[in-house]
Amino acid sequence: MNSNNYMELSFKAISINEGFARVAVASFCVQLNPSVDEINDIKTSVSEAVTNCIVHAYPNKKNGQVFIRAEIINDTIEITISDKGIGISDIQKAREPFWTSKPSEERSGMGFTVMESFMDHVEVFKNTQGGVSVKMTKRIDCLKSAIGG
Amino acid sequence: MQIKSRVYNKTLYVLLCGELDEYSAKHARETLDEIFLREKFSQIIIDLSELDFMDSTGIGVLIGRYKKMKDKKIPIYICNPSSHAEKIFQMTGLYEIMPKIV
Repeated sequence: MNSNNYMELSFKAISINEGFARVAVASFCVQLNPSVDEINDIKTSVSEAVTNCIVHAYPNKKNGQVFIRAEIINDTIEITISDKGIGISDIQKAREPFWTSKPSEERSGMGFTVMESFMDHVEVFKNTQGGVSVKMTKRIDCLKSAIGG
Repeated sequence: MQIKSRVYNKTLYVLLCGELDEYSAKHARETLDEIFLREKFSQIIIDLSELDFMDSTGIGVLIGRYKKMKDKKIPIYICNPSSHAEKIFQMTGLYEIMPKIV
């Protein structure tokens, strides 16, 4: 049983910070003894959510920020990635596979689908003070990881 | 990210090295398009053995290149994906337009 723990970070909403964000969250998760596959699932899901903040939340590109909170609750990692941007008008639509609000930009529209596939649970909601949060959880099977499964 | 390429027997071999995400996507797009324009070839093989990370932005980059080559009837194949890239390709159906070869 892991004691509960959390970390928080915020950074400027520019794409050079994506690598930092996914590695920071993955490093925090290491205390749950995840497998390489589980770490890759988490890194990719964080990258997808942070990309959404950078690409969609701040169209004027000025002073946008991304906020990440990662919390360990027993054997589960809960990651919340938020922005204070323009929001998503239709969250249900945005979660549909291949749907993108920027079809002219060669975007796959698979960001939420990837998150939903790699994490156990993904919740998307509007923040009361503006912007969007994505909360995703993944249970790490410590015993399975320890025996190389 | 680094992109290396060479042409052998009318096949363009492209090696993607590093991380393909939102940060590197623009560079990847421009470099690949420049190579596609410069070289003469009848098919493309993209080698992912040196690719350390990729998310759905990378899928967007690959689909964009597929669309450009489709008009010229030039097929693109994928080889040596990591197990994680494999998972993303299977999920997004990318192999239906860019088959995997061994």
